[in-house]
Amino acid sequence: MNLDARTAPRSLWKWAVQTARLCCGVPDYDVYVKHLREHHPERAVPSYGEFFRERQEARYRGTGGRCC
Amino acid sequence: MQSAIPKPSPAGKILWTAIAIVGAWCLGVVALRRGEPINAIWLVTASVSVFLIGYRFYSRLIATRLLQLDPTRATPAVLRNDGLDYVPTDKWVVFGHHFAAIAGAGPLVGPVLAAQMGYLPGTLWILVGVVFAGAVQDFMILGLSLRRDGRSLGHMLREELGEVPGVIAMIGVLVLMMIVLAVLALVVVKALTHSPWGTFTVAATIPIALLMGLYLRYFRPGRILEVSIIGLVLLLASIWYGKTVADTPALSVLFDFDAKGLAWLLIGYGFFASVLPVWLLLAPRDYLSTFLKIGTIVLLALAIFLAAPTLQMPAVTKFIDGTGPVFSGNLFPFLFITIACGAVSGWHSIIASGTTPKLLANEGEARIVGYGGMLMEAFVAIMALIAAASLHPGVYFAMNSPGALVGTTAEQAAQTISTWGFLVTPAELTETAKNIGESTILGRAGGAPTLAVGMAQLLHGIMPGEGMMALWYHYAILFEALFILTTVDAGTRVGRFMIQELAGMAWAPLKQTESWLGNVVATVICVGLWGYFLYQGAVDPLGGINTLWPLFGIANQMLAAIALMLATVVTVKLKRERFVLIPAVPAAWLVICTLTAGWQKIFDDKISFTAAAQKYADAMASGTLLAPAKSMDEMQRIVTNNRVDMALTALFMLLVLTMLFFSLRAIARAWRANHPTAHEEPYVALSSVAP
Repeated sequence: MNLDARTAPRSLWKWAVQTARLCCGVPDYDVYVKHLREHHPERAVPSYGEFFRERQEARYRGTGGRCC
Repeated sequence: MQSAIPKPSPAGKILWTAIAIVGAWCLGVVALRRGEPINAIWLVTASVSVFLIGYRFYSRLIATRLLQLDPTRATPAVLRNDGLDYVPTDKWVVFGHHFAAIAGAGPLVGPVLAAQMGYLPGTLWILVGVVFAGAVQDFMILGLSLRRDGRSLGHMLREELGEVPGVIAMIGVLVLMMIVLAVLALVVVKALTHSPWGTFTVAATIPIALLMGLYLRYFRPGRILEVSIIGLVLLLASIWYGKTVADTPALSVLFDFDAKGLAWLLIGYGFFASVLPVWLLLAPRDYLSTFLKIGTIVLLALAIFLAAPTLQMPAVTKFIDGTGPVFSGNLFPFLFITIACGAVSGWHSIIASGTTPKLLANEGEARIVGYGGMLMEAFVAIMALIAAASLHPGVYFAMNSPGALVGTTAEQAAQTISTWGFLVTPAELTETAKNIGESTILGRAGGAPTLAVGMAQLLHGIMPGEGMMALWYHYAILFEALFILTTVDAGTRVGRFMIQELAGMAWAPLKQTESWLGNVVATVICVGLWGYFLYQGAVDPLGGINTLWPLFGIANQMLAAIALMLATVVTVKLKRERFVLIPAVPAAWLVICTLTAGWQKIFDDKISFTAAAQKYADAMASGTLLAPAKSMDEMQRIVTNNRVDMALTALFMLLVLTMLFFSLRAIARAWRANHPTAHEEPYVALSSVAP
């Protein structure tokens, strides 16, 4: 996080949203789309809704989880 | 900063010397001032100084010398980047994620129970434990997983120790999970017994979550923040309306349950919640509880800083001799079993080898996330301890002592507790109950209600107002119940998958997690396992927590011992024997604590499960009924329950000893080898992969 007076509030908000989503098991959608475009241009890019559903299922599938 | 230790600047030297002096001074005040009550701020300052020094010096030693973290080395997130599970992520985002995953009900409950020995023993164990054991475990397991493609603890155990210890550890984790779910569900039962207000608000979370789930699925897919705000508003409305429910007899009877009834409701709920699609109930509840958890921890910190309460509990009480009403057993080893999360928690090793290592963009960042994240959790534990110790000790003991010891009316309880040296009047007890909008505060063991009263009093001190304390109390209860129930849902689901995996070895069709039959059968087994212990706790003569919390503590510390033994083995395998004491000393300490506690729980004449079973069996033989049993059948059940607990304790001890054997064998082999034998992935330069 590089903070300066002009961009600080925006990047702080972006940080908060990204952290909050990740805490719920949903990684950054823009990062995923960028990754797809760069590395797998042949694949269709899912909408945010589709992406969200896939991640929601994935979170409770494995043996991950949280603490007591 | 990681590869070469720079010479400290003069300003740095002055700063750290100052922090050390302030920390030592505050610790001195906390530890040595006797007779007059001290302010919580001393404790907070001492803790923060210890955390800063531990982080600055000890974690750096581990990072540079032991783990030899290398900022030029590519991490799994970079190497296997798929945009979904493996994603290089900003370190503060990873920190927030990791902290939210490790902080749960544990650090809030253990320290509250341990406050019966005074605030000093708990504080010292949390501070020493986190710096030398808990944070070391989290950090080292994260570091090891980072060098192994982000593999899980079980996978690493199989690789470094062998197949057999790997499977043994997996069974240990499954049993631990069942005990965790039972004991956490019991905390909820204790908090909601004959509390229509609390029960109503917790029940209201179910329709609220369903509504959120449908909204997220069909109306506004994926708008988590938006739907969480809606959910939060509805939750607050339910707390407010809960008072009306409690005050209206026709409504309050609908939400007034005894411990047994609540236990059955939770068991049924656990079953349905884990077979329903996740998007409908589990996921939305999870979002709410995650945000509420972080919000409440911030609120607790603010309350402590603004209210700066005086600690009313003595530094050390007479209960260090093992006669305490909240949990029985001497300071050693039971203090170290009771406070698990907050000082050292085995669960964290699962998270530190789960999602977190797949997110770090740089090895150097493991230090702040792994070590720093655990220090944050220890701070939460210190705050919980402060909230409990700032209560009137008489109120604290009235809430946490079993009815069998202090009686079931305010008069009896006040009288008994006053004879212990904590003067309290019946009026003070009933007044506290009235202030928080409940009919009684007696028999509310389990930590959650005590913390809720503590928080309510602190917040009320800052923001006074008629009836506000009852709202704060029910807010705190709701938040704890909410995230405990989320753990129960998610844990049942994970337990189900583990059972299916184990059962699938015997009969393949059970392995298919998509099949309805396998799903229902495994869920019934899973719910049955934790449900058994929950029900046992609900009918337990000593109120349940007294019996089940030590079992949970032993199991959790067992897992921590296993994780630290793995760290020790790998240290030797890497031929870094010079630093082997860093993981070996806490590993040995936890092995000693779990084995001693287990031994006493089986063989001691006073506090063991064996003695309790014998007492009821003898009474049955002579035909007398012992409270709270009302029939010979119930007597028989108490005997059986204690024998089951005994067997379980023996199983945990056997697990620890087996893992100790396999670890020592692996260490002996690696020590003799003249080259590193650890299974690390080969070095790939970050600069060759990153754009």
